[in-house]
Amino acid sequence: MASDQATGGLQIHPMDQFIVKPLFGGDAIHWYTPTNVTLWMALAVVCVVLLLVIGTRGRALVPSRVQSIAELAYGFVYKMVEDVSGKDGVKYFPYIMTLFIFIVFANFLGLIPMAFTTTSHIAVTATMALAVFFFVTILGVVKNGIGFLSLFWISAAPLVLRPILAIIEIISYFVRPVSHSIRLAGNMMAGHAVIKVFAGFAGVLGVGAVFPLAAITAVYALEVLVSFIQAYVFAILTCVYLRDALHPNH
Amino acid sequence: MEGDIVQMGAYIGAGLACTGMGGAAVGVGHVVGNYISGALRNPSAAASQTATMFIGIAFAEALGIFSFLVALLLMFAV
Repeated sequence: MASDQATGGLQIHPMDQFIVKPLFGGDAIHWYTPTNVTLWMALAVVCVVLLLVIGTRGRALVPSRVQSIAELAYGFVYKMVEDVSGKDGVKYFPYIMTLFIFIVFANFLGLIPMAFTTTSHIAVTATMALAVFFFVTILGVVKNGIGFLSLFWISAAPLVLRPILAIIEIISYFVRPVSHSIRLAGNMMAGHAVIKVFAGFAGVLGVGAVFPLAAITAVYALEVLVSFIQAYVFAILTCVYLRDALHPNH
Repeated sequence: MEGDIVQMGAYIGAGLACTGMGGAAVGVGHVVGNYISGALRNPSAAASQTATMFIGIAFAEALGIFSFLVALLLMFAV
């Protein structure tokens, strides 16, 4: 970093915003230490409760603004589960709703300046993705027994191709939690790092800082969109995996 | 000296791995472009296929994310 100082102080540390710090001083992080990650996760949960529990408390026939947002979110996810997983997937709607709402709020809270994006950490998203993976696998085995393996044996393909396809299908099945978690974490991390890099340019350009500031505005708008779409993609892929578990023989 | 060469190789490899994101960009653009051209031909069927489009985007994007993962591994794990 010494060379940075020699060339006029252009110091950009785009990854510093993702450092996990204990809230109350000290450096040691144990599993029970309250950190900025746990703080922002808790805030996400508080927001979910405010929207879905407190916001719909009135149960008004003509919904208030908060209640209609909650109803829209509910209807949106419900329709998604019904369309993608089928009628018998609706039983698992609460799980997908939980994932979706939590990720949406974690992403949106992370967009507040100086906030911490919990979903930018692979540890957080991998926990959710592995939970989905084990849930779906166990559900598939319980529901279909040995017939779950027909997910890998594609009966629509010619017989000679089936063993090769089976290998590919098995690999792609076990890569699912990897891509599922890194998609969300990578998108969040990359977006926030880009904003930080432009902010570093703005810091050294003086009057010319309007250009990186305009770029930050544009990237920020894109990030708002990406935050929602990634939560949607996470939820819809969970629905797809659920459909595979419920109906393995395509 | 030897460590420097290893680190240089890791950094060059990380940079090269990022070219894989271009492939993901082509894939995502192809999916969405075809969705739009199909949707303009038959707008009434478009709404029912939006979810399929997003699944397609997610699968195309996953491969770009693997290149990103390789870059991250080279930067921090090797």
